[in-house]
Amino acid sequence: MASGCFLDYVDPWVNWTWLSTHVPLFWDALQQHIALTAFAVIGGLVLSLPLGVAAHQWPSLRNPVLAVFGVIYTIPSLALFALLVPYTGLGVVTAEAGLIGYTVLILVRNLLVGLESVPQDVIDAADGMGYRPFARLVRVELPLALPAIFAGVRIATVTTIGLVTITALIGLGGLGQLIYKGLIENFHTPLVVATVLSIALALVVDLALIGVERLAVPWSRGTAG
Amino acid sequence: MSVLSNVARWFADPTHWSGPDGIPQRLAEHVQISAESVAIGALIALPIGIALGHYGRFGNLAINISNVGRALPSFGVLVIAFQVFGLGSLPILVALVALAIPPMITNSYVGLREVDADVKEAARGMGYRELARLVRVELPLAVPLVMAGIRTSAVQVVATATLAALIAGGGFGRYVIDGFAQQDYTKLFAGAVLVALLAMATELSLSAVERLLVPRGIRLQRTAGAQRATTFKTA
Repeated sequence: MASGCFLDYVDPWVNWTWLSTHVPLFWDALQQHIALTAFAVIGGLVLSLPLGVAAHQWPSLRNPVLAVFGVIYTIPSLALFALLVPYTGLGVVTAEAGLIGYTVLILVRNLLVGLESVPQDVIDAADGMGYRPFARLVRVELPLALPAIFAGVRIATVTTIGLVTITALIGLGGLGQLIYKGLIENFHTPLVVATVLSIALALVVDLALIGVERLAVPWSRGTAG
Repeated sequence: MSVLSNVARWFADPTHWSGPDGIPQRLAEHVQISAESVAIGALIALPIGIALGHYGRFGNLAINISNVGRALPSFGVLVIAFQVFGLGSLPILVALVALAIPPMITNSYVGLREVDADVKEAARGMGYRELARLVRVELPLAVPLVMAGIRTSAVQVVATATLAALIAGGGFGRYVIDGFAQQDYTKLFAGAVLVALLAMATELSLSAVERLLVPRGIRLQRTAGAQRATTFKTA
């Protein structure tokens, strides 16, 4: 078992005394973690809404869009960050470019599933009521696609919360910084607490998003991700 | 531009193609630990996912595993495994197996669950026993999603194996991690290219296997199978 380097001291998994005096450290990391995640998911939504709608409108765009972001999605995050570092440096731009690239695939895919699931009858009815295409999209199709969009937002958010830890290697990381600290200092407490906090954050945010969905889309119940 | 020409020169340098830190050796390490992890993960996960799907029990468990699996920070899991098991390939193997399991359980569960009830009825009517029904009717129909789960796991494991270089593992991650540590952006970029290519090769070759294994009768819904698959990205 790993232990403190020179002293005959066994490092406990969680040193509660140390933890109690270092709460601000975890609080700051948690805030950075949430900020990085929120920016990636919101940025992904801003990009994927027009992309997804365009791919739905013009089916010839569908496969190229899914293929390009599918390739990006396949690239391991550490490699994607490393490929960006020579151009965008170590820091926020590199991290967010990579994270947004990943969220776009999830969000576009779910947006397409949602738009495609709108029944033809409903579209015909909207047309018959005199909706122009844009109004039909905004007031009929997108609301009906909301459950699928929400499922995408949940998957993208939980995924991003996990991936943010890896940005510790490019100087950010949120809770990942503390995992990294635990690794290089051979110190269990920040490692274990940060890992548990990261999992807990993902699960709590996922539950919160389910709650938001229930309020915003009362007609959808439990469309699992 | 100078980055790319330096990287091209790095790849052209024969010293990078031999020895313990050469590309062939690093490729072998990366593929070996990934293949072992996916194989062990499949031995654990597929029976569970297939059984849950076949009996249609504990559906919430199978779905929630996917959510928890997604929430696991691969970096933290690797470092904790390192603190528990110390140096060597054991901690890497344990962490990679743990990360390989959720996508395979969820996707094989959904694959078995989605087999048409009428088809199962018909098989029972034709006198298939339960085991024969599972092996000869349900599993072939579930192949697209079962394979999609294996492919998703494999791509994630290859990605996470890159991080294993942080805990003294081998593989292509070595170039990336050493590149960061030495601020050698050429090595970093070259390593990232190798990692990305290996992940894509994994994805493409397992898609090809999937295509071979899918019974001819249901090939028309092949793309549907790939798109129904639950996505995972943990590294």
